[in-house]
Amino acid sequence: MARINLDHIRHAYGASPKSPSDYSLKEVHHEWNDGGAYALLGPSGCGKTTLLNIISGLLQPSEGKILFDGRDVTYLSTQDRNIAQVFQFPVIYDTMTVYDNLAFPLRNRHVPEGEVDRRVNEILEMIGLADRAKKKAQGLTADQKQKISLGRGLVRSDVSAILFDEPLTVIDPHMKWVLRSQLKRLHKQFGFTMVYVTHDQTEALTFADKVVVMYDGEIVQIGTPAELFEKPKHTFVGYFIGSPGMNVLPAKIDGSSVDLDGQKVALSFAPKITAGAKTELGIRPEFVRLGREGMPVTISKVEDIGRQKIVRASFSNRPIAIVVHEDGEIPAEPRVTFDPTAINIYADSWRVGGEA
Amino acid sequence: MEKTWNNKAWFMVLPVLVLVAFSAVIPLMTVVNYSVQDTFGNNEFFWAGTDWFTDVLESDRFWDALIRNLIFSGIILTIEIPLGILIALNMPKKGLGVPVCLVLMALPLLIPWNVVGTIWQVFGRVDIGLLGYALAALGINYNYVNNVFDAWVTLIVMDIWHWTSLVVLLCYAGLVSIPDAYYQAAKIDGASRWSVFRYIQLPKMKRVLLIAFLLRFMDSFMIYTEPFVVTGGGPGNATTFLSIDLVKMAVGQFDLGPAAALSIIYFLIILLLSWIFYTVMTTSDAQK
Ligand SMILES: Nc1ncnc2c1ncn2[C@@H]1O[C@H](COP(=O)(O)OP(=O)(O)OP(=O)(O)O)[C@@H](O)[C@H]1O
Ligand SMILES: [Mg+2]
Repeated sequence: MARINLDHIRHAYGASPKSPSDYSLKEVHHEWNDGGAYALLGPSGCGKTTLLNIISGLLQPSEGKILFDGRDVTYLSTQDRNIAQVFQFPVIYDTMTVYDNLAFPLRNRHVPEGEVDRRVNEILEMIGLADRAKKKAQGLTADQKQKISLGRGLVRSDVSAILFDEPLTVIDPHMKWVLRSQLKRLHKQFGFTMVYVTHDQTEALTFADKVVVMYDGEIVQIGTPAELFEKPKHTFVGYFIGSPGMNVLPAKIDGSSVDLDGQKVALSFAPKITAGAKTELGIRPEFVRLGREGMPVTISKVEDIGRQKIVRASFSNRPIAIVVHEDGEIPAEPRVTFDPTAINIYADSWRVGGEA
Repeated sequence: MEKTWNNKAWFMVLPVLVLVAFSAVIPLMTVVNYSVQDTFGNNEFFWAGTDWFTDVLESDRFWDALIRNLIFSGIILTIEIPLGILIALNMPKKGLGVPVCLVLMALPLLIPWNVVGTIWQVFGRVDIGLLGYALAALGINYNYVNNVFDAWVTLIVMDIWHWTSLVVLLCYAGLVSIPDAYYQAAKIDGASRWSVFRYIQLPKMKRVLLIAFLLRFMDSFMIYTEPFVVTGGGPGNATTFLSIDLVKMAVGQFDLGPAAALSIIYFLIILLLSWIFYTVMTTSDAQK
């Protein structure tokens, strides 16, 4: 139950970083709203775990400040920050029973035993391990261990924030769904700020109010799932969100018209481009219309994925993906047009709005 | 695919088998042979049955030495194991300190037993030894040659100096194998230093501790060279352990029969105790 501000946070693991590439976390300046549910999405090695560890105080940032509700906690220890964190690799205390594992964070904080019992039983019920409460945690399977790890993160009701680092990776899809809805329920009930790291974009999109996309040590976009889909701020977000990802084609911009290897496309706005920037056009496969008009393409493959078909084609020797309805026709001499409202223009990989 | 059996592989282990036979099995069988017969030299043997065994088991000399052994091993273990753990916990985990500490720790282990004995024999001498002289100068009446307590203290301190490193190195190996995530989780869970030791470090050290415990037990129970060099079993018989007694019997008095019987009893005691420790320590792990 806290608003968390990251004030120009940078982090390098090595001593005396010089170039920007020495930083595992380049510059994060961001506010996590009190009670918000955030999903942190990004490829491996982009700094997600590093960011969580900085928030929880396991790691001291090389530069910048962290504020909880306006109070500077940068040099406060993990214990004093009152944060729960569930780790990417499940940690369990082998020699304790399942029950004691869950009670551990509470007992360490001298919570009265009656309250401990109530909380632990609630969590045991939620993660479906009530029947194993008195068993030693040692012999459990990987997914049970992960559930205990998750449970230990949820057992304290008074935390400022809970950080989840891919907490459900080895859990089977059905149980994943159950636990996810339980998490949502707990979040509603207690209103803690929640940051949830995942590789899985459906998980991120269904779970969170706001999705934070990280790339190479930076936050590239924060937005609702719809914003990420419609207006990816960075070409990386375009690739990363959506399946298949956004088509990004090199383009020459001339006023409000675009030149794609000789093919002209009209825009509804005139993007302002600084001279010398690398310009690209981004269009989601869902907004590419396949028909008898427009620019010619050569189809190489059609993948049928049920209610839709993904057409892999080449457009003046560049690959392009097109999503077609399952009974949409594929003409013999195919041509494409782009839905003008769905076109995004990028200069040096960053989106340029019409407003700019 | 059918598995191919190739008996030639056995030839590969043959050299080892031959070595083991010559170095262990055959000498052991000779000992067994001596233990059930009597001889007056000239290769004449008379069947003695279990007489030597009853003789040994009925002698006070055997029981006294055995009790000394048990007390010695008990003291050694109660000091070396906790001390070893404590040192291992405080050793650096990374940086330049690691190799330095490891080398320092390994040093005493590299010194031959009789040299260790000699070092301490000289070190403790009241006339020329640094320790003995210093203690005398401080007004402490220390003399391992004729004071039983001083002789024991000297042997125990010497063994701790010589062998605690082994426990340290084994524990350290167990400690560095603990992933960082455990310590991080402990911080998040608000665990105290003691809880971290009790629930994370100790469980991870359990296996290596078992090995350390068994090695230290067996070794201290068989201790020979150091007390032989330092005290020669004295004052009186105060530090005469089974091994020293055995050598006195076999080499000093040339009582091959009783000595052989004692060897076998000695061997069986070590085997039995090790087995008991092992089972107790591993089953306490498995149950519950
Ligand atoms: N303890 C460390 N020492 C040095 N470098 C590290 C350390 N931990 C992480 N890094 C580096 O920092 C960068 C970010 O790592 P981080 O673990 O935060 O990535 P991540 O986004 O969590 O990746 P994943 O999805 O694989 O968990 C990586 O390049 C990694 O190699
Ligand atoms: Mg990670």
